[in-house]
Amino acid sequence: MSLQSSRAMHAPVPFDPQWKHVLEAAVVEVFQMMVGAQLAPRENPEGQPSGQQTAMVGMAGALTGMTTIRCTTPTAGKFAALMLGGDDPSMIGDAMGELCNMVAGNFKSKVASLADQCVLSVPTVISGDDYAMHNSEPTEAVSLAFEYEGGLVWVVLTIHQ
Amino acid sequence: MKKLKVLIVDDSSVMRKIVERALRQGGLDLGEVLEAANGAEALVEVQKGSLDLILSDINMPVMDGLEFLKNLAGVEQAKGVPVVMITTEGSEARVVEALSNGAKGYLRKPFTPEQVKERVAPLLGVSV
Repeated sequence: MSLQSSRAMHAPVPFDPQWKHVLEAAVVEVFQMMVGAQLAPRENPEGQPSGQQTAMVGMAGALTGMTTIRCTTPTAGKFAALMLGGDDPSMIGDAMGELCNMVAGNFKSKVASLADQCVLSVPTVISGDDYAMHNSEPTEAVSLAFEYEGGLVWVVLTIHQ
Repeated sequence: MKKLKVLIVDDSSVMRKIVERALRQGGLDLGEVLEAANGAEALVEVQKGSLDLILSDINMPVMDGLEFLKNLAGVEQAKGVPVVMITTEGSEARVVEALSNGAKGYLRKPFTPEQVKERVAPLLGVSV
């Protein structure tokens, strides 16, 4: 099913501010179970999401938007090494993409109205930090930051209304 | 005891590695581990025979996991080989469809090595 056709088939689910807590739980669970990493939520983080590794997964259907995970290359490298064993820099992007896919899927499965009504795109990963993202439609966003071994991991859920 | 010959089907090479690692960390005695990136590639591997277990993603290009299951029904070498589906999404409908098409169980990502073993071991007659 394409993202566009999925969007047309499902009534939109309105943004719920409580999704912040659902997303936070989804992130902590994925990193704990699949990476063995304990991420600590940071309340009221300063600044904007930053880092050289950004993974994105689109969502369409009852919810249209995007989940992104962003962190520095060294932090992403630690996650990849923990997930896959060894230390292969060529796997960093794929590992970030899978993590983002699992976070988006886990979030979706925790929201009953989305589980069967929303599809995910394949992950896209950007390497580099000299870019800006623009949304062509009005959006709501949940932006979270987590601490991991001195670095920050940013997770943002952007929703088109 | 004979080491297990396992086929892991997923379009993500990272996820194939993660699943293999989880099987090993869960304590399963793996021998040869075969990989396929979609259902069509997996069918070729299945037809070579002697598999003990198949773990397959549901969402894949070319031939998805549900279509793969339907095709497996006609493959002699697949008889008696348990298939466990792996899914990221929380779609109950797709899980039910997989189970009704012959899957013996499913794993929902994220999962721990212990959960993988708990789901797979009984299908192989291995004590948890």
